[in-house]
Amino acid sequence: MIPVAFEYYRPKDMAGVLSLLEEHGDDARVMAGGHSLIPMMKLRMADVSHLIDLQDVDGMSEIEIDNDAIRIGAMVTQADIIDHPELAKVAPILREAALQIADPQVRYMGTVGGNVANGDPGNDMPGLMQCLDANFTVIGPDDEREIPARDFYEAAYMTAREDEEVLTAVTIPRPAGGYAYEKQKRKIGDYATAAAAVQIVKDGDKCASASIAMTNLSDTPIYSEAAGAALVGTSVDDAALTAAVAAMWGDIDPTEDNRGPVAFKNHVAGIILRRAIERAWSRA
Amino acid sequence: MKDDITRDERVENLKGMGCSRKRVEDARFTQGKGNYVDDIKLDGMLFGDFVRSPYAHARITNIDTAAALEVPGVIAVLTAADLAPLGLHWMPTLAGDKQMVLADSKVLFQGQEVAFVVAEDRYAAADGIEAVEVEYEELPVIVDPFDALKSDVVLREDTVGEDGKPTDGAHGPRKHHNHIFTWEAGDKDPTEEVIANAEVVAEETMYYHRTHPCPLETCGSVASMDKVNGKLTLWGTFQAPHAIRTIVSLISGIEEHNIRVISPDIGGGFGNKVGAYPGYVCSVVASIVTGKPVKWIEDRMDNLMTTAFARDYHMTGKISATKDGKITGLHCHVTADHGGFDACADPTKFPAGFMNICTGSYDIPTAYLEVDGVYTNKAPGGVSYRCSFRVTEAVYFIERMIEVLAIKLNMDAAELRRINFIKKEQFPYTAALGWEYDSGDYHTAWDKALETVDYNGLRAEQEQRVADFKAGKTRKLMGIGLSFFTEIVGAGPVKNCDILGLGMFDSCEIRIHPTGSAIARLGTISQGQGHATTFAQILASEIGLPADSITIEEGDTDTAPYGLGTYGSRSTPVAGAATAMAGRKIRAKAQMIAAYLLEVHDNDVEFDVDRFVVKGAPERFKTMKEIAFAAYNQAIPGVEPGLEAVSYYDPPNMTYPFGAYICVMDIDVDTGVPEIRRFYALDDCGTRINPMIIEGQVHGGLTEALAVALGQEIAYDDMGNCKTGTLMDFFLPTAWEVPNYETDYTVTPSPHHPIGAKGVGESPHVGGVPCFSNAVQDAFRPFGNTHTNMPHDHWRIWKTASDLGLHG
Repeated sequence: MIPVAFEYYRPKDMAGVLSLLEEHGDDARVMAGGHSLIPMMKLRMADVSHLIDLQDVDGMSEIEIDNDAIRIGAMVTQADIIDHPELAKVAPILREAALQIADPQVRYMGTVGGNVANGDPGNDMPGLMQCLDANFTVIGPDDEREIPARDFYEAAYMTAREDEEVLTAVTIPRPAGGYAYEKQKRKIGDYATAAAAVQIVKDGDKCASASIAMTNLSDTPIYSEAAGAALVGTSVDDAALTAAVAAMWGDIDPTEDNRGPVAFKNHVAGIILRRAIERAWSRA
Repeated sequence: MKDDITRDERVENLKGMGCSRKRVEDARFTQGKGNYVDDIKLDGMLFGDFVRSPYAHARITNIDTAAALEVPGVIAVLTAADLAPLGLHWMPTLAGDKQMVLADSKVLFQGQEVAFVVAEDRYAAADGIEAVEVEYEELPVIVDPFDALKSDVVLREDTVGEDGKPTDGAHGPRKHHNHIFTWEAGDKDPTEEVIANAEVVAEETMYYHRTHPCPLETCGSVASMDKVNGKLTLWGTFQAPHAIRTIVSLISGIEEHNIRVISPDIGGGFGNKVGAYPGYVCSVVASIVTGKPVKWIEDRMDNLMTTAFARDYHMTGKISATKDGKITGLHCHVTADHGGFDACADPTKFPAGFMNICTGSYDIPTAYLEVDGVYTNKAPGGVSYRCSFRVTEAVYFIERMIEVLAIKLNMDAAELRRINFIKKEQFPYTAALGWEYDSGDYHTAWDKALETVDYNGLRAEQEQRVADFKAGKTRKLMGIGLSFFTEIVGAGPVKNCDILGLGMFDSCEIRIHPTGSAIARLGTISQGQGHATTFAQILASEIGLPADSITIEEGDTDTAPYGLGTYGSRSTPVAGAATAMAGRKIRAKAQMIAAYLLEVHDNDVEFDVDRFVVKGAPERFKTMKEIAFAAYNQAIPGVEPGLEAVSYYDPPNMTYPFGAYICVMDIDVDTGVPEIRRFYALDDCGTRINPMIIEGQVHGGLTEALAVALGQEIAYDDMGNCKTGTLMDFFLPTAWEVPNYETDYTVTPSPHHPIGAKGVGESPHVGGVPCFSNAVQDAFRPFGNTHTNMPHDHWRIWKTASDLGLHG
């Protein structure tokens, strides 16, 4: 658990970060909370010759809420999310999900930006951001661009962000309706055996819209458009739940690990999604 | 002379036995002021670490250390070739086997120590490790002991003689070249006859999975060889420092008086720190070679993957009974997976530990046990994880067999236990497998437990739950886990217990200072048990000086009397007895001094709390404080100056703590998630020295039991890769996963122990594992379940439900 020697940088602004990235190419990595990167370095599974710490870069630790959207700086921690009363009112699913990430010590250091940018399929925020149809702001040497969360993840640890780009913020349209983040894990600190993020809008006694994303059931988070569509126009009865679960199963592709074999994960994914939908619907 | 305080107040001031004295260790530990092995820093100290094998079974064709020696900061790289001339490339294990210190031409498990890189710091050592080039030739891997006994593959070349036949092992002939030993207890033929002719027989095969003690502090050592005076000082995570000193002397040739072994603060042991590890040997050799102190500290993965595991017992049982449930016989066979070397920490004559306590708390007239130890390509070990030697396996076995028999008899499992318990009046009771149980009152404890939890009410609730489940009203089942355990601890009588020829007595040496305070040194070593607190309490009651005035010191072989260390709940039964006996020697001398001072005959004074009083004249007395001073300033005819005593205690028997545990669990059939609603633990550890510490021990032991029962496992794939080498996959429960525990007790003192104490640290683990497991299994009993193997993690519980058709 001893990393290879590396150069450590702590630039004061984004220009400094970008110039280091440009200089060192894929030998450099930026670090936010460090909870994914540092263990990988200590296991010598990540070879990072130049480590750029973002802690001193201003302007990425704010949570801004306006009438249309919520903008969360990349360096906002999970603890910040949990402790933000207005955010809890406007987008309570964020708090519900953040409370299910790891433990308090990790949540004081772990950031939203690091969680979404790393591309670890076990992380909770990517699926959540897909459910909420968030956009990720990335800044590169030439320009800044927005990448939809639903287009960001390509494979495990592979994302649409280029090596010389830094993810600076997450922007979420103000969510509407009922919500739920349901997660089964073996213990505190574990990644999900299966997790579901659900946001549902109710119109009368029918479902007007539904957004569903699943975590740790493929090598990327899974936004299941079909699962959401299966609920729209229904009264979210048993048949609709069954259809949504069946649609979700069509989208996920779990693999066996110490949490259990594929059949178990599929089954639990179905149960977890069903419970998430029921809870979201009860809150819609 | 008159006292201004009452007798009760005098008792209270002593903080002696029975008092929930606050732990004197905690001020240090809670403020980060502990002194663990890794806190030891010496001038010029080097750091050593291992190149470890990525393969579970391979021949090593070459080791090239040239590039590593070029790495800045790397001082030396040791391989087996360097150790062989010293005869240190292999070392003896506690089980009578031998183990490679550094890979001698082949490796037998993933993570095995191949080379030892010594560098100026641990960063340079890590870089050096990466630069060592090892060429491996992979060999067929065996991870299943049943496969091992059928395989032509020879894991250990020393198991085949020149005639091509298996050699004899440390405990007799081998049945196969991958077979280590057979160990038997009881009567084979009569047991088989009883079972063959029985009215009812229940049979079950169960696997008690491999797990690991996983103490918070990993293993490590610092060796410092002073070449000028020829003295070796060795700090380390040793549960038995004196035994380590003797072993180091025997294998290194350094005279024992020139070796000083120190166990500083130890951050949990749970059996993991009983044995000797290659890191200890390599740090010593490296210090001799370099002339500088050398530190070796494991990381978490090293600890989980290579230091001593626990359990890994494949058990097959048959239990016979009459139609009305009176047990008549028990047959147990174990195939024990010991990994690549037999490094079990057991008394020498007990290669399967005290597995022969597997008749449990029951009056079983006929029994037979046979254990076969087997080599595989897994890490060595087989230690007693928070239990006396293999007692957890034994108690799990019998407590599962009782449940299986209850199912076969269609009988309530609580009632089946009750009608088979050894009765109070049968003690001392000689069990069919040989042990003499010293004392017990099982019926009283069981009835108290059942009544406290309203057992009948719980069964009624469970019946209703099953009905609701069948009617589709709930998806949660309810399990009631029962467990009644008898431990066998306090190893042990020198006549049958030794480790490497060292009798398992223990010791205490007391020095009373002139001002009436004292220091006591013991052959044991606390790893968190609170010895500094509790041993002072024993002494306070025995010698009448306040516990707060008594320092307890352990773990330094230059100062402490010889002892066999702390594991197997032996500290209180053995060293605690030595402490009481040494205290009584002090008191005997104090009596003579008091009599002289009071100008009466020795027999005319008697001990009373903190003083000797003249019989019939309580106003005439001398306090122990006064007597202590007199011991140093008065010339007393016929009495030597000073007030000191030492006692070596060879226990006449083991002690047999017992307890009754009940767990109520709700299980989500669809996700496999168990939720512990209630856990009740009644412990009888005999005389209770410090109720608060007992309660803490019970909480800790139950939590480790929960871990093992519900998910903690060391698992391998078919290639022998360890799949659970980090805390992501190895389950270490936090406050979040742990339920509220209700503790209770009865007191049945040990008749042969000077203060009647029996030991408690391990009872909750021993009794807890079957209790949690039985709760899971009981939930599925109404649907046809008889037995499923631990660990009951989510997917395995889910699979049980699935196999029983509960997922529709």
